[in-house]
Amino acid sequence: MILGSINPAVLMAALMVAATPILLAAIGELVVEKSGVLNLGVEGMMIMGACVGFIVAVNSGSPFIGFIGAALGGMALSLLFALLTQALMTNQVASGLALTLFGLGLTALLGQKYVGITPPRTPKLDLGVLSDIPFLGRAVFSHDIVVYLTIALVGAVWWFLKYSRAGMILRAVGENHDAAHGLGYHVKRVRVLAIMFGGACAGLGGAYLSLIRVPQWTEGMTVGAGWIALALVVFASWRPWRAMAGAYLFGGVVVLQLNLQAAGVRIPVEYLSMSPYLITIAVLVVISSGKARGSLNAPGSLNRPFHASS
Amino acid sequence: MIRLEKRKEPSKFWRIANPFLAVALTMLAGAAMFAMLGKDPVVAIRLIFFDPIFSETFGSYSRPQLLTKSAPLILIAVGLAIGFKANIWNIGAEGQYIMGALFGAGVALAFFPAPGWYIFPLMVLAGAFGGFLWAMIPAILKTRFNTNEILVSLLLVYVAERILAAMALGLMRNPDIAGFPGSRDLRRYEAAHNAELFANTGIHWGVVAALIAVIFAYVMMTRHMLGFHVKLAGQAPRAARFAGVAPARLVIVCLGISGALAGLAGMFEVSGPGGQVRIEFAAGYGFTAIIVAFLGRLNPIGIVLAGLLLGLTYIGGELGQMMLQLPGAAIQVFQGMLLFFLLALDFQTNYRMRLTRGVRT
Repeated sequence: MILGSINPAVLMAALMVAATPILLAAIGELVVEKSGVLNLGVEGMMIMGACVGFIVAVNSGSPFIGFIGAALGGMALSLLFALLTQALMTNQVASGLALTLFGLGLTALLGQKYVGITPPRTPKLDLGVLSDIPFLGRAVFSHDIVVYLTIALVGAVWWFLKYSRAGMILRAVGENHDAAHGLGYHVKRVRVLAIMFGGACAGLGGAYLSLIRVPQWTEGMTVGAGWIALALVVFASWRPWRAMAGAYLFGGVVVLQLNLQAAGVRIPVEYLSMSPYLITIAVLVVISSGKARGSLNAPGSLNRPFHASS
Repeated sequence: MIRLEKRKEPSKFWRIANPFLAVALTMLAGAAMFAMLGKDPVVAIRLIFFDPIFSETFGSYSRPQLLTKSAPLILIAVGLAIGFKANIWNIGAEGQYIMGALFGAGVALAFFPAPGWYIFPLMVLAGAFGGFLWAMIPAILKTRFNTNEILVSLLLVYVAERILAAMALGLMRNPDIAGFPGSRDLRRYEAAHNAELFANTGIHWGVVAALIAVIFAYVMMTRHMLGFHVKLAGQAPRAARFAGVAPARLVIVCLGISGALAGLAGMFEVSGPGGQVRIEFAAGYGFTAIIVAFLGRLNPIGIVLAGLLLGLTYIGGELGQMMLQLPGAAIQVFQGMLLFFLLALDFQTNYRMRLTRGVRT
């Protein structure tokens, strides 16, 4: 039995690493969509983060500074989106696509001289006794700090959206921008801030790929992770903890598929490697159909432009 | 301060003028980019936009290339534009293009080495069918399960790319050459070769198909009920439902047409300029075609012009790589910028800038 050769603790550990980049991007996009904006440029912002983070980390020698650079890079690209959709009232779908196409091209240009370089290593977090617990120590408590910070971020976003005043304003803007405007909230300001947060998160997710997961820079290295993050937000019905569950589920599929490849199953690698995309589609189908119509939970003003006519 | 005021009617003037303005701005921004890369900006821009056609040294080689490169872009974009008009977003044309190529090449390889006039027409049908089939996945999931067609069609691109790789390495690999991925060269198989129809013009059957598609789309959008329904569904979905437009049918039709056309484009490419099923076969035409559709204002005639321009940037980009060692990715940046500028400029189409005194009420 091939599966027998796979150590569950190692699998669990790899799963958390595989899930982190898409979870980061998804949690950012979740906030953006909660504010009523659909930014389809996640893939572009992610690759931007992967590229900028890599370049900054290599030149500064510090992965930490690299991650900051990645967040800023993703944010810079998202500001372009904010300018287009909020100030110039462009179509959000088209602008998001433009962001992705532009990001993929720009990073291919920027990263040219960085192909084949190894980035500075990100140290594993020393959790002392916790890491020595059998099974759990290996599976859960032996990661770099980003994995844990990402989980903390999910909790923070959950708290922010549910309990904080600013979070409620953000949700109000997303549910009904006319009413929110009528109450005196600054619809555009809220949305621009949300878009920037989404850009920073996507950038961090990209940098996690190029600095820790892979770790290398190659052109177009996100191969659809941004789109999977977008699907994850739908899957999660715009709920933070469900996004995390979805990301870990997805990470599990990726890791299992990679393990099957390594174990030499008699299925060509190409077919195994398409499984994450197929499963994402299957999950989308399940979630958007039937009684549990997840899409009913979508923010009311999602993908609708706002222009104060008064 | 400056205030935006919504126009009652979109400005016709800016609708036509903006694409030209966007191209001009892209050239300026591109020149700045080349200067930053340490290349002479004037030479680089000339090399990309003018030399492929007007240069005496490269013209004879690159002029025929123009139609060869533009045809798939136009073919795909015409189909996409119909859907975009109806607010149906097929952004996975790249995947449909790949599947069309695989279906078309599959027919050719199945018949190899038999001669026969019927092989090429069969390949055309198979190519269109392959693209159609691939587009039906998001279409049916959308109509049956309300699944987002943007995400599904896009995710299927990655699936198609992996099927392409599996085919090039497995089922369709040339059995006569051991060890190399890639299928037989269809250009050497006369019955399946999509050859130039007139020597040195670059006109092959794909160019003819693009022309037919443009005329077909133009007639459909301006003279046929279906075109009216498409526009109505895009601009006023509620009114469209009262007018008897079935949203589900429209999704199937729009995705079906664009899928079939993308499949055709892939099939003409694999049997002609591309030549064989290879892992690197897909060159991003499916994504560039999205830019072509927008730049052409979703209008068939506009798409022809936009397709020629972007086809030109492909050739110019290759020239730039050869002559100035410009990075290949520069052209991708170019194309992305073009779409940005166009979208940004379009606010003038729908809004008017007003200078107002004092504080906004």
